[in-house]
Amino acid sequence: MIDSRDNENANGATMNVTIRIPAALKQYADNDREVTVGAATVGEALDRLVDRHPSLGPHLFDEKGRLRNFVNTWVNEDDSRELGGPAAPLHDGDTITIVPSIAGGLPADPEERSSPRRGAPGGSSTADPSFAAQLGRRAAAVDLDASEIRRYSRHLIMPEVGMDGQRRLKAAKVLCVGAGGLGSPLGLYLAAAGVGTIGIVDFDVVDETNLQRQVMHGTKDVGRPKIESARDRLLDINPTIDVVGHETPLTSANALEILEPYDVVIDGTDNFPTRYLVNDACVLLGKPNVYGSIFRFEGQLSVFWARQGPCYRCLFREPPPPGLVPSCAEGGVLGVLPGIVGTLQALEAIKLIIGKGDAMIGRLLLFDALSMKFRELKLRRNPDCPVCGANPTIRGLIDYEEFCGVPQAHAAELAEQSSVPEITATNLKHRLDRRDPLVLIDVRETHEWDICNLGSKGARLIPLGEVPAHMNELSSADEIVLYCRSGARSAKALRQLQDAGFRRLLNLKGGILAWSEEVDPSIPRY
Amino acid sequence: MTESVRMGRPDLEAIRHHASRGYPEEVCGVLVGRDEDGRGRAITRVVPIDNSRVDERARRYIIPPESLRQAERSAAAAGLDVIGFYHSHPDHPAEPSVYDREHAWPWYTYVIVPVMAGDSGEPRAWRLLGDRAGFQELRIESADSE
Repeated sequence: MIDSRDNENANGATMNVTIRIPAALKQYADNDREVTVGAATVGEALDRLVDRHPSLGPHLFDEKGRLRNFVNTWVNEDDSRELGGPAAPLHDGDTITIVPSIAGGLPADPEERSSPRRGAPGGSSTADPSFAAQLGRRAAAVDLDASEIRRYSRHLIMPEVGMDGQRRLKAAKVLCVGAGGLGSPLGLYLAAAGVGTIGIVDFDVVDETNLQRQVMHGTKDVGRPKIESARDRLLDINPTIDVVGHETPLTSANALEILEPYDVVIDGTDNFPTRYLVNDACVLLGKPNVYGSIFRFEGQLSVFWARQGPCYRCLFREPPPPGLVPSCAEGGVLGVLPGIVGTLQALEAIKLIIGKGDAMIGRLLLFDALSMKFRELKLRRNPDCPVCGANPTIRGLIDYEEFCGVPQAHAAELAEQSSVPEITATNLKHRLDRRDPLVLIDVRETHEWDICNLGSKGARLIPLGEVPAHMNELSSADEIVLYCRSGARSAKALRQLQDAGFRRLLNLKGGILAWSEEVDPSIPRY
Repeated sequence: MTESVRMGRPDLEAIRHHASRGYPEEVCGVLVGRDEDGRGRAITRVVPIDNSRVDERARRYIIPPESLRQAERSAAAAGLDVIGFYHSHPDHPAEPSVYDREHAWPWYTYVIVPVMAGDSGEPRAWRLLGDRAGFQELRIESADSE
């Protein structure tokens, strides 16, 4: 039977479709195996179905009205997830088949072992039952003293946190991979929020270029290991917590062991090998990975948790070729940006721990600071994902440097640089002092020239991209010395000139940084 | 009066064997048979299905929709229906967990096989209550042959 109201859609997009009801649900649909409704999309068709047979509702949708994750729909022969999910468009005569996926498993712990009639635990949408139960059990064993109650009073008076949430925070163990731009704000806020154990993996030393964004470290900390500086700062904010330092690079050899004791892992890394390593280790250990990344003016955020949604590899199966995506050291980053993304990561970690709100699982947030826009993309699990898919090819940790092509790229870069004729900064100074007729060309960008330059030595600026256009202004009779920041870009420029027939060319080895180090310390390093 | 489900001894032994062989991981499978519209059910065939979970296989199982569709097709070809599922509980009793309940479908018969230290115990059968608040236990009537 067709409900005539369903067909009176003003824009005419409503289609008559048949929904096949699985045997398990037909008792809630007057024992009908097929129901015909008018709808424009799969989501709408299911809504119409539940309008018609309200008792189907609880079996198809959760308390928040979202399709339960074990309810799958096909449109004719296609999985509707491939067609746009609930928004998948329908055509007249389509058949929607509701197909269950069947899941289950063990209680996470003896407490949770359900008696057959046990009611639902306090509803929360982000909580994986076993994750929540395990934290809950540990939370029940910790207490807050009078001074902690005072410290966290602004949390405690919110029912969404309350004593239970605050105890969960105290019982929780969160690992921050990296104590840099992202690790700084998230470490500060996690400590302030009362996360009982904060682990930090970092083996770097604080340097002056960090201070523009790594707010966990101060000027007095320059030269200190970041782990030590971070521990001091976090314990100053909150002496009741434990800060566990892992002063080592995270590698395939130690990652599983380091991550294992933690409930939540937060990826604050700035390079692809470590990002894939953190992802794979989290998938193998079943842990949530709160992911953030930043570049120049843009940030990304998601929660990868293979237990419930996609992982980083579902999104990016393979890393970009080395060098294609510059690091912050190469491309720069606006200092506030990691502050924003890092605090969002802290927020997601806290939501997972207290089991409230909608976690960023299956969603990717894109933030553009210049336009001040947040956009969100839906992420889907890739069934062929090499690590979390149905037939994984990665069952243990691999060599991530190799996987990301780092050694190969490094070797290629070295080969490129060493195969061009070079001059050291010290030799260049001798020759300039001797008034050798050298033409000095700076191939960096204008804004870098503004930071520091060798203009006083007669250098001229021709950014790498403009070298071809300005070749005719150079004479192949002259001896030309090219430089950039560290020597890589000037090697490229040198090759271009070689290809154009220039022969008397030299590359300043180590770039202007080497000049600053060997010859003139008044040239600032950046 | 407790409702019951009929299941042959050889099928019960088959799922117990599957469960202990798969220990310490969870195993799962499909129960095929006939539903005489509430007047009783008979399971006449058990079909092991590969657990599609890649993580936490020691305490989670999933039968993806594709596998279920396939099982339904072959059951239908024999004039039968998929009327339930079985899975094992390694080192846990044969009672449904909260996770089981949250992921359960009504109508189906869920049989759980306990496996303690590798030895499987007597399976128990359950059905989700209409309000999803819990499970009702079903009596398993076994005959030596079906």
